[in-house]
Amino acid sequence: MITTKGLTKVYRSQGREVRALDDVDLHVRQGEVFGVVGTSGAGKSTLIRCVNLLERPTSGTVTVDGVELTALSGSEQRAGRDLRAARQRIGMVFQHFNLLSSRTVQQNVELPLEITGLDRRERRRKAAELLDLVGLADKARSHPSQLSGGQKQRVGIARALAGDPKVLLSDEATSALDPETTRSILELLRELNQQLGLTVLLITHEMDVIKSVCDSAALMRGGKVVESGQLTDLLSDGHSRIARDLFPLGDFGTRDPERTVLEITFQGDAPAQPFVSQLARTYQIDINILGAAVETIAGRLVGRMRVELPGSHTDNVVPIGYLRQQGLQVDVLDPSNGAAA
Amino acid sequence: MTWDQMQELMWPATWETLGMVGIAGLATLLVGLPVGLLLVLTDKGGLLQNLPVSRVLGAVVNVGRSIPFVILIVAVIPFTKLVMGTSLGWQAASVPLAIGAIPFFARLVETSVREVDGGLVEALKSMGAGTGTIVRKTLLPEALPSLVASATTTVIALIGYSAMAGTVGGGGLGSLAITYGYLRFETAFMWVIVAEIVVIVTAIQLLGDFAARRLSHRGDYRSPLSFFRSATAKPDATEEDLLSSR
Repeated sequence: MITTKGLTKVYRSQGREVRALDDVDLHVRQGEVFGVVGTSGAGKSTLIRCVNLLERPTSGTVTVDGVELTALSGSEQRAGRDLRAARQRIGMVFQHFNLLSSRTVQQNVELPLEITGLDRRERRRKAAELLDLVGLADKARSHPSQLSGGQKQRVGIARALAGDPKVLLSDEATSALDPETTRSILELLRELNQQLGLTVLLITHEMDVIKSVCDSAALMRGGKVVESGQLTDLLSDGHSRIARDLFPLGDFGTRDPERTVLEITFQGDAPAQPFVSQLARTYQIDINILGAAVETIAGRLVGRMRVELPGSHTDNVVPIGYLRQQGLQVDVLDPSNGAAA
Repeated sequence: MTWDQMQELMWPATWETLGMVGIAGLATLLVGLPVGLLLVLTDKGGLLQNLPVSRVLGAVVNVGRSIPFVILIVAVIPFTKLVMGTSLGWQAASVPLAIGAIPFFARLVETSVREVDGGLVEALKSMGAGTGTIVRKTLLPEALPSLVASATTTVIALIGYSAMAGTVGGGGLGSLAITYGYLRFETAFMWVIVAEIVVIVTAIQLLGDFAARRLSHRGDYRSPLSFFRSATAKPDATEEDLLSSR
């Protein structure tokens, strides 16, 4: 649905060059919620703003719903008619909501429809329908200054949906909200994704957001995408930074070469098996649990556990084989640096 | 001088002042608003970025604001004659008044429009709006309370300018205060006229503030020019406005 190829954005100021985006290839499939995560300054914001060409990339292409936006004519000052039409098919919500204070909630939602030239009655009907969808039908006549942050973002979402977009871009939409409001806004996004088949590309610096709504994720650092894929795939990959950040199990303590530290990841039905006690009984070994977490990610129960077995790696080949036979993902941690070997 | 005599002189002069301020004010709004908008739009990073236009426009506005008003009145006499057929009378005085106030108002418009959150412009762009739509649907409506406050300040400054225009044949209250009050030593009459100007200025300020507050839905609106409200409590406020506008 959204594809970027070799997307690069270079800012020049006072003779210095800053590569905000460096050769970014991203692929967002239709109907999925795709999260881009990274610290501030990693280039996430530039990336999402390049998707609807609010920023013009220095090089590379952006294709949304089969239309190559970067090929459309018009510079930033005189954005071409085609580009403007394409933007009407892409909704966007912002961290600071960006609602017009001079307009009521209803009028704010009608704004994009005024731009597309819909007649007054149709605008009213559509705006009322959208406000109902986001649960703010009773606030239609209020002004944004009278709303809470969460309500403002709901208006922002209703406004973004006014043009019946297939794609919704969310630029840190929940970063200015408290945790509870964040949860309700994310639930709304998830509902819209499922009810309307909306493809959502969101950027965030919070791993929790990825955990609670995303099907796929990409990790950005220094303008590059260092990792991306579906969460279920990333989680079964012991080398995944995203998976590691989703399950912060902390430092694993011992550096003793005579002990083996394993990271066990399980998905779906696997946790139903009492594999730890089975392992202990079958091989007569003492198992030390260093850390564990179970989460629901992308609608699936996923867990990760870090355990310590006596003896070196070679001593434990058989128990590890047993665990893998049970359908578990097992990674042996290298005691020298803490990364999966 | 009796009260009746004073009134006989004051009413026509009041209408002359209101007349020249009215015409000049209207012309200032009509020209100053687009000029102020252009200053924002053509500036670096603006929607219609055009640095040559921006620099020329900025220079013209600065020059306009630098010329002392008394000199401006004399300097534009040929132009005034061309437009009005004469350089005398309150109608003629409205020409230099407008020319003096346009750059002043344009700068205030520029500041008001710049205060509109850039995120709103971005939101409009993301909806596929062009520059004209962004100006009509966001920049102007969002800046409206501030624009009204700017217009109020400009009109009050114009009343101050009009006193000066009066001394060079423009008529009006300023001219009356100088010719009778100052030159004929009718000090009491002079202060009566000053008091009348204070009343007019205060009324305009209150009206402007009221309108700005009504138009603002932000809930936290305070006139950025609210210090003028305290300034109007002083009898020589109009002169002060004039000086601070330079």
